[in-house]
Amino acid sequence: MNFTLVVWRQARAEETGRMVEYRVEDVSPDMSFLEMLDVLNEDLIVSGEEPVAFDHDCREGICGMCSLVIDGVPHGPERATTACQLHMRHFKDGATITIEPWRAKAFPVIRDLVVDRRALDRVVQAGGYVSINTGSAPDANSIPVAKHDADVAFQAAECIGCGACVAACPNASAMLFVAAKTQHFARLPQGQPERTRRTINLVEAMDREGFGACTNHYECAAACPKEIPVRFISDLNRDFIKAAAHHGRFGTLPPQGDLEE
Amino acid sequence: MGRLDGLLNTSIGQKLALAASGVALIGFLLVHLLGNLTLFQGPEVMNAYAHWMQTHPLLWAGRVGLVTLFGLHTTLAIRLALENHRARPIRYAAGLRSQDSTFLSRYIVLTGLLVLAFLVYHLLHFTVGAVQPEHARLLDEQGRHDVYGMVVRSFGEPAVAISYLVAMTILGLHLFHGLRSLSQTFGVNHETYVGAIRWAAGGLALAIVVGNASIPLSVWLGWISL
Ligand code: HEM
Ligand code: FES
Repeated sequence: MNFTLVVWRQARAEETGRMVEYRVEDVSPDMSFLEMLDVLNEDLIVSGEEPVAFDHDCREGICGMCSLVIDGVPHGPERATTACQLHMRHFKDGATITIEPWRAKAFPVIRDLVVDRRALDRVVQAGGYVSINTGSAPDANSIPVAKHDADVAFQAAECIGCGACVAACPNASAMLFVAAKTQHFARLPQGQPERTRRTINLVEAMDREGFGACTNHYECAAACPKEIPVRFISDLNRDFIKAAAHHGRFGTLPPQGDLEE
Repeated sequence: MGRLDGLLNTSIGQKLALAASGVALIGFLLVHLLGNLTLFQGPEVMNAYAHWMQTHPLLWAGRVGLVTLFGLHTTLAIRLALENHRARPIRYAAGLRSQDSTFLSRYIVLTGLLVLAFLVYHLLHFTVGAVQPEHARLLDEQGRHDVYGMVVRSFGEPAVAISYLVAMTILGLHLFHGLRSLSQTFGVNHETYVGAIRWAAGGLALAIVVGNASIPLSVWLGWISL
């Protein structure tokens, strides 16, 4: 298969970028999208040009590193599929494909298609961490969890933190991410003691990073490679209302710098 | 930081305030619609109702309250929209291809602003009497403002009737997304009921629009006359 790629090139964060057109030829339909980019990069290296920088790690759809907006859709046209698991057979031979980085104020471009997603890490850090020695892991079934709750918590925990929800949202909102991260704990008995504080801190941290607000477009869930449903956003809203009603404390987030490593 | 302060300083808090002001506006729309429907009970009932309201001691309190409510909803909406716009300073060259969002959700600010524009026209028309002054100042036999006559004469002109029907359609587009969003925004999402709630919300939006639109339509079709 042959493709024309229109790719965002930007040498450094401080420089302005632009879309550049390339041809890739002899692509196997069984190649993943990232393998197709590998082919392009080999061609570029041979011809003495800078290869296109893009994020990737596991290439099996579990790490959340790949982050390409393909033809205006984060992770490309296949639902429930990361870009690394997207195969070229889903494209028409001879097609022109545009490839852009995640776009959000909170995700500045580092280079080409690579963006800085540490904003998501800082949001998660704002949820707190275990600071005392709690001993070894307790017996597996010493705290009973209803099957339904365990399933829902697990569904939220499937979030791989890739940020496609932010990239897909017309408002660059991180609500689906924050919803998944809070609801993952909110469903379990172990998550109850700090539920109020965690909810408020994560939302305040999300706002501080410059993400937008949710206006119920539901593009996030459509783009999510793990199909996290938007009802978690509704759960987050309810937890937030409860947190405000139940003596939750606002504005207690440590300064942004203190959260970093 | 106070809790209300803290709440309203967050993105979710602002969205909740926007939705709450929307609910209050829905309340107003329902009361307003019931008042309008007195038209179908004839000139006596409608003019008596209008007279009661226009001479009510709390008329101005109500008006100030409504202006505040519309102002609050609009201000919050525009502020939120601007903040959301700033959250993506560099747009996609190829644009975002919409998957699950609807025309209604993407144009909610536009439909809201058009509703506001219609509201100004509507007030100039029936409250101030500036659009069709020839129909606005008539009195009925008991010397009361002839609201029934004003409405029927106004909608006798097709251009005016059509402008109201268009405005109601736009209001419907806004309300349909707004009302169906409420359960999501307020976290009412029990699997068993959420489907029914969203149907009911859509139905309420439709009822408000059909109810209001029935007035110019009935006049136009000759079901209601002087
Ligand atoms: C009759 C007048 C109006 C009524 C009854 C009304 C009602 C509502 C309701 C119920 C919502 C739902 C909030 C939610 O998402 O949960 C809403 C949202 C909204 N309204 Fe209005 N509204 C009216 C006029 C306006 C006007 C004049 C504007 C001006 C810009 C406006 C802009 C918005 C916006 C931007 C949203 C946000 C929707 C979203 O977050 O998806 N509305 N409205
Ligand atoms: S590279 Fe790990 S999910 Fe795509």
